[in-house]
Amino acid sequence: MEFGFTTAAYVVAAVLFILSLGGLSGQESAKRAVWYGIVGMGLAVFATLIGPGSGLWLASVVLIALGGAIGYQLATRVQMTQMPELVAAMHSLVGLAAVFVGFIAHIELGRVLAMDDTARKSLEGFAALLAKKDGIEVSILRVELFLGVFIGAVTFTGSVIAYGKLAGKVDSAAKKLPGGHMLNAAAAAISVLCLIWYFNTGGFLPLFLMTLAALFIGYHLIMGIGGADMPVVVSMLNSYSGWAAAAIGFSLGNDLLIVVGALVGSSGAILSYIMCKAMNRSFVSVILGGFGGPAGEQMAVEGEQVAIEAEGVATALNEADSVIIIPGYGMAVAQAQQGVAELVRKLRAKGKNVRFAIHPVAGRLPGHMNVLLAEARVPYDIVMEMDEINDDFPDTDVAIVIGSNDIVNPAAQDDPNSPIAGMPVLECWKAKQVFVSKRGQGTGYSGIENPLFFKENTRMFYGDAKASLDKLLPMIE
Amino acid sequence: MTPDSAVQLQKLGHDCLIESGAGVAAGFSDDAYKAAGVKVVKTAAALFKGSDVVAKVRPPTDTEAKRLTDGQTLISFFYPGANEKLMDLAASKGATVIAMDMVPRISRAQKMDALSSMANIAGYRAVIEAGNNFGRFFTGQVTAAGKVPPAKVLVVGAGVAGLAAIGTATSLGAITYAFDVRPEVAEQIESMGAEFVFLEFDASELPDGAATGGYAPPSSPEFQAKQLEKFRELAPDIDIVITTALIPNRAAPILWTKDMVEAMKPGSVIVDLAAERGGNCELTVADEKVVTDNGVTIIGYTDFPSRMAAQSSTLYATNVRHMMADLTPEKDGVINHDMKDDVIRGATVTHAKEVTFPPPPPKVQAIAAKPKEKVKEPTAEEKRAAELAAFKQQTRNQVTLLAVGGALVLGVGLVAPASFMQHFIVFVLAVFVGFQVIWGVAHSLHTPLMAITNAISSIIILGALMQIGSGSFLVILLAALSVFMAGINIFGGFLVTRRMLAMFQKS
Repeated sequence: MEFGFTTAAYVVAAVLFILSLGGLSGQESAKRAVWYGIVGMGLAVFATLIGPGSGLWLASVVLIALGGAIGYQLATRVQMTQMPELVAAMHSLVGLAAVFVGFIAHIELGRVLAMDDTARKSLEGFAALLAKKDGIEVSILRVELFLGVFIGAVTFTGSVIAYGKLAGKVDSAAKKLPGGHMLNAAAAAISVLCLIWYFNTGGFLPLFLMTLAALFIGYHLIMGIGGADMPVVVSMLNSYSGWAAAAIGFSLGNDLLIVVGALVGSSGAILSYIMCKAMNRSFVSVILGGFGGPAGEQMAVEGEQVAIEAEGVATALNEADSVIIIPGYGMAVAQAQQGVAELVRKLRAKGKNVRFAIHPVAGRLPGHMNVLLAEARVPYDIVMEMDEINDDFPDTDVAIVIGSNDIVNPAAQDDPNSPIAGMPVLECWKAKQVFVSKRGQGTGYSGIENPLFFKENTRMFYGDAKASLDKLLPMIE
Repeated sequence: MTPDSAVQLQKLGHDCLIESGAGVAAGFSDDAYKAAGVKVVKTAAALFKGSDVVAKVRPPTDTEAKRLTDGQTLISFFYPGANEKLMDLAASKGATVIAMDMVPRISRAQKMDALSSMANIAGYRAVIEAGNNFGRFFTGQVTAAGKVPPAKVLVVGAGVAGLAAIGTATSLGAITYAFDVRPEVAEQIESMGAEFVFLEFDASELPDGAATGGYAPPSSPEFQAKQLEKFRELAPDIDIVITTALIPNRAAPILWTKDMVEAMKPGSVIVDLAAERGGNCELTVADEKVVTDNGVTIIGYTDFPSRMAAQSSTLYATNVRHMMADLTPEKDGVINHDMKDDVIRGATVTHAKEVTFPPPPPKVQAIAAKPKEKVKEPTAEEKRAAELAAFKQQTRNQVTLLAVGGALVLGVGLVAPASFMQHFIVFVLAVFVGFQVIWGVAHSLHTPLMAITNAISSIIILGALMQIGSGSFLVILLAALSVFMAGINIFGGFLVTRRMLAMFQKS
């Protein structure tokens, strides 16, 4: 049982992980893909336990089992609407683990370097690996583990704050300490200074100082980002947790860690990119937080919001042949997905063409709406992406907007001065009739007036989305 | 007013009166009105005295205008541009006059657009009149007695009347062609089942119909010459011509000249809906039917709506009712003349002793407002050129990226030892594979993707496992914590992913 077997197992595991991610290209293949991931992970852990990580293996198994029990509880209990929180919380664990592993590497490095040659030869496991390194390699190792700890620490506090915001435990509005981005810049500068210091001396103090600075950056960066930008934040943190793993992989000389870290890192990066593109904002502007002030006078909105009762909506739905539903975060908040699904079932039973239009940034997590609708047993082949369905609105009798706002704002196309100008939106106002289910008058997260609500073919269906649907459902024949 | 619309008006809180015998021509007897709760008044004079709002069709005569009183509202066709004296008279009486022909052509006002209602009827009736005077079938037939060719109908001007005529002609089975100077209506013409007659012309010289409230503006001389040439070419083939071209506040343009009429086959019919304004055909005589020497019938009636009194009364009554509904927003029978309302402001020609004509341009754009950016169909060559350019641009981007990336890697390679470079290669390749793979992930599976990447990023457990066995108590403690946390993550991540994926199902 030497390292040859371990390396072979790692290669197989890496292939399995790649297949696992690739399998997510379709709903059916995805079900198989999860198993690839599980087997890959099992293989990797097993190979490590019998190979380089065999010391204290019993304790390791017990700890994994303990963690697994908690993980199982979490996974089976979590509500689908709480998915964003769960994902954020799990990112924080990866971040913290990366910090710890980095610290250990540092401690071990110090211990090994202090030994003389004979003592080094008798070392086993990880320490033996360290012992073989020469001067330059040790320096590189320091940079690597420093980076790993830095990214891990940012991921940790960032994810904790993101979790708090998503779970409603921290105010989701964008907040900054006085000093704003200067504080972040200062913390980053401290980290760079610490890196140079650490590089030269190898002491624990600069590493520790840097960790504090990184923790602060993670906290402050995410505090400054508002609720609607959360999809970007969560995918960004996802990316960071991957890069942290990759950096740690470098310092431990473990190729599998590097491969998986890089996979996860690039996956998160692509997700962030897709989200940013869907909001027509640059990554930097999202990370730096908050919407910029309007570039000029915004177009005044003419007309008034016309309210409608459930009877009116029901009549229109009973007469309509084609219906498109546009869900948003409001549907998740009101837990209305079951009611929506019931409505769809009733309408479809009458032979109407009912579909969903999902904007890429609807909700608080990439793909959030899809998961909620899937939970309510809405078949996924009537759930469309923005590009697939946007051209169909002119031929649609009724569009129903449930708890979304900015993603259906025509100002993004009409008003060049609007803060969201240029953002791709769902053109629901081209449908013959639009119903907007909304808690009350008022602007959305971005504070932008939505001209959709004032259009002639728009009727406002005020009230909590779930209560509104409960009222509406019995009236659909 | 029809009995039906009277019922609706009463719902708005109004009492309804009607002049005795007013509905007879349209087939509505006094009794029918009485049954609908309308008070029948003997004379028009009594009617003017007894009501707050008077609705009629034609502009008021001088006597009628004199009967108007302060605060009374008159709703009718008025043609304010041509009837200034009458307008001054009504204003001096203090009456409010709403001209149904001045209702702005915006989407919200369509329900009261009486001009469109009447044009619709005229278009339909034009085809019926033509058929009446045309000696053959519209539709082609193959019978035991021989083959009958279908009639060919050309409709000039695709406004409301033109489109109605197209619809009627096609549904009778004729082969229908249509022409309009506004290229953006081609789609509407084709949707009605007619063929759009294209003119080869530079798009920039085409007039922009949107600027004049949905009407076609006068066109340039070159354009007109081209147009006539095209008609001349078509004339011998066409059996029925229906012209509907009007330009606001101008005489109707001559589009069908004498020589075209002469070129047509005997028995052909021309219906000129613009006869009131002089006619689109050179030989049209207003209000009359003439037959030319070569046997072409030219119909110049100007009273098409009156020839279908029942239909036009119904539509006009509905238009007036919608106007009344806008005038009584509270549905309490009290007229609230809101001069801030675009539609009401536009249609009002006198109000509070003042002449309010012409109205300011409406704030909302006209129906046909958006001049469709005519997307030029790129030729095959242009397409290829564009593709080539895009490809070149892409290549350039990629090459730059590769060059920069390569230089960076080489730079690292210069200083870093071989052992580091081995890992580095793995890293770069993995990033590359990651990017390639993740682009293929379905949008709807982004949440499961995050959960699963979360689970596999706990691969960091390997690091902790490797370290746990070596070193001091502190090391073991930290490593143990890491293993524990990663354990939560692995199980939690995979299980939750499975749970989510199991929910996705096909219908």
